[in-house]
Amino acid sequence: MGKTKVIVGLGSCGIAAGAAATYRKIEELCLAEKIDIELGKTSCVGMCYREPLVEVVDEDGSYLYGEVDEKRAIEIVEKHLRQHSPVKEYIVQTDLFATEDDSFTRNQVKIALRNCGYMDPENIDQYEAREGYLAVKGIASKGTSRAEVIQTVLESGLRGRGGGGFPTGMKWKFASNYSSAEKYIICNADEGDPGAFMDRSVLEGDPHSVLEGMIIGGYAIGASEGVIYCRAEYPLAIKRLEIALTQAREKGYLGANACGIQGFNFDIHIKEGAGAFVCGEETALIASVEGRRGMPRKRPPFPAESGLWNKPTNINNVETFANIPWILNNGAAAYAAFGTEKSKGTKVFALAGKVKRSGLVEVPMGITIREVIYKLGGGIKGDKKFKAVQMGGPSGGCIPEYLADTIVDYDSVNATGAIMGSGGMVVMDETTCMVDVARFFLDFTRKESCGKCTFCRIGTKRMLEILERITIGEGRESDIGELEELAQQIKDNSLCGLGQTAPNPVLTTLRYFRDEYEAHIHHKKCPAKACKSLITYTVDPEKCTGCTVCAKNCPVSAIDGARKQSHFIRQDACIRCGACFTKCKFEAIVLS
Amino acid sequence: MRIHRNQIVRGEERPDESDMTLITPLLAKYRGKRGGLIPLLQSTQHLYGYLPPAAFPLISEATGVAQSEIYGVATFYAQFRLHPAGKHIVKVCHGTACHVQNARDVTEALVEALGVPDGGTTPDGLFTLESVACLGCCSLAPVMMIGESTYGKLTGSEAVRIVKEIRIKESREKQD
Repeated sequence: MGKTKVIVGLGSCGIAAGAAATYRKIEELCLAEKIDIELGKTSCVGMCYREPLVEVVDEDGSYLYGEVDEKRAIEIVEKHLRQHSPVKEYIVQTDLFATEDDSFTRNQVKIALRNCGYMDPENIDQYEAREGYLAVKGIASKGTSRAEVIQTVLESGLRGRGGGGFPTGMKWKFASNYSSAEKYIICNADEGDPGAFMDRSVLEGDPHSVLEGMIIGGYAIGASEGVIYCRAEYPLAIKRLEIALTQAREKGYLGANACGIQGFNFDIHIKEGAGAFVCGEETALIASVEGRRGMPRKRPPFPAESGLWNKPTNINNVETFANIPWILNNGAAAYAAFGTEKSKGTKVFALAGKVKRSGLVEVPMGITIREVIYKLGGGIKGDKKFKAVQMGGPSGGCIPEYLADTIVDYDSVNATGAIMGSGGMVVMDETTCMVDVARFFLDFTRKESCGKCTFCRIGTKRMLEILERITIGEGRESDIGELEELAQQIKDNSLCGLGQTAPNPVLTTLRYFRDEYEAHIHHKKCPAKACKSLITYTVDPEKCTGCTVCAKNCPVSAIDGARKQSHFIRQDACIRCGACFTKCKFEAIVLS
Repeated sequence: MRIHRNQIVRGEERPDESDMTLITPLLAKYRGKRGGLIPLLQSTQHLYGYLPPAAFPLISEATGVAQSEIYGVATFYAQFRLHPAGKHIVKVCHGTACHVQNARDVTEALVEALGVPDGGTTPDGLFTLESVACLGCCSLAPVMMIGESTYGKLTGSEAVRIVKEIRIKESREKQD
């Protein structure tokens, strides 16, 4: 048995939670105390709610420690690494005994995320040790034809994971049909949906599998060059991609006769996005790569015929590419064994919002939304009432609690009015106001509309104005009708997906939570008590002990009262920040 | 929750923004290169912290793209700035997960503490306050990013405290 291995999760979310400090602390302690270990790093394993995560692998087995701040790190180094006695209470997962977090991992099937959190993303050898670049080597050694590769992807049933859900094999087939000396394959890594972060996690945790997927796709369609269009907001992903590209070039997976396939000259470059949500749309993305404003254009011609620099171009999403090497290694049938009739395989979801365990999960298609939220997510934070789940970001919609038994596949989710999208699942509880959620998304699409189509540019603005006045208690009787009419017009008269789907958040909330709109408009009340203009904080004189905590914490000094006497909130001065409500220990502040 | 606070303060000062010779190597690198406009604008901004007006004619000459069109590109993308930003850019995330967990309180508290509207820069040039769409750290919502550091599970007062700490540190460094 070799040295004890200590692996720290250094993805963006881990670093944000303090993993870099944890890493340094362990390094420093082991050096000072001469504890001989092998310190390594990996990326996000998906358990964001337990970050920072540290895995210790010794001769007895593997132990995953959660929420390892510097204090816990000191304890783990002392007890586990020095005295060889694991600190049980911090262990979230181990192969030696069951933990409460097991239900998070047990219900997952990891294909796209198969390497995330299990290897050092900056080390190509570790990727190769995990069947990395095996698929491309297989193509080279067996002499698999381009058509055979496309056929395998077609048979796997893989559909575009970026949101569209178009069969990937079909897309490749179209692109391969056009012959041109210059042909492009683009990886869309412009993950813009607020609430979705799986692409970031794959790029940070397993950049090589995305590259390998692109190489396979490039070979299949006969591409001469690959481009990764990545958000500038993901600096760590870009850094790790650059490292991966250099390593892949050194090993001959890229360049002239790439992967040892004669005549296959292929390289990949990174293009940094400059911050525009609409660039997730294919034609807008191409315009942006060409250095222009990222505005969509009319299709046809589709990019497969005329895309980047007017050459045949194929665009797939990060998660789609990450699935490809696995499909080639394990066969189309193995992939298609997961999922439903029309949606094969697995899908990664970013679970966030008011759920106990937020993080990344990969589940087989066909699982119900409720299972994802309760079995994997552990239920609602603070045991509040589950109200709705938002799927598909600004193009999606809110699925109410009573439809939570809907299964996760493209068609079932579409039937609810939401969309699968890139896989964001933001969970909402009884304190989330659905009108405010609709307003939030409209505000987003209004800002991100490129302005080309009048209905999208001005229509979203008008819808936003209506929603804003509803949330401040100035809604009019005609507002719901106007929202519905505008929604239809925007859907019908916009060129690209952004405009066509922009009204979805409003339409789904109107469909499932119409009573909330009506309460705002007719009774000037916010049932979720979230809209600041429609709520009041008052002091319950029966419960108030006069401890003065509320008055001390009020940022605008709107609370009067002498010590040991009931306090009073001056409504004209109150800004409804809720500071008193959260600070009061006696539940004497009433929210109504 | 805070991390490596020592990294927040950027060590070096920005170069003189009137010195346009600084972009000469960049212009040479992207001259006549297909699709080079956006990377050129990005690296120019990286150098000066924003896109100085004097750079436009030079970029136009190197890329062959009309200045009006460059301006169109620069105003289309959220990343580009046409005015100098503060030394520390405070990005408050307003993604969905942060929104449902009261990111608005964070921005409101910072607006009040810094005395600038959302998008504004403090008169001393120390802070620029911004709202951004999603930083992808949804599990730590609500989140803000200052420089390279991300702060999670914030409240309004916690955010204000972090910003105040940076301000104190800055004024101490000035005195030294």
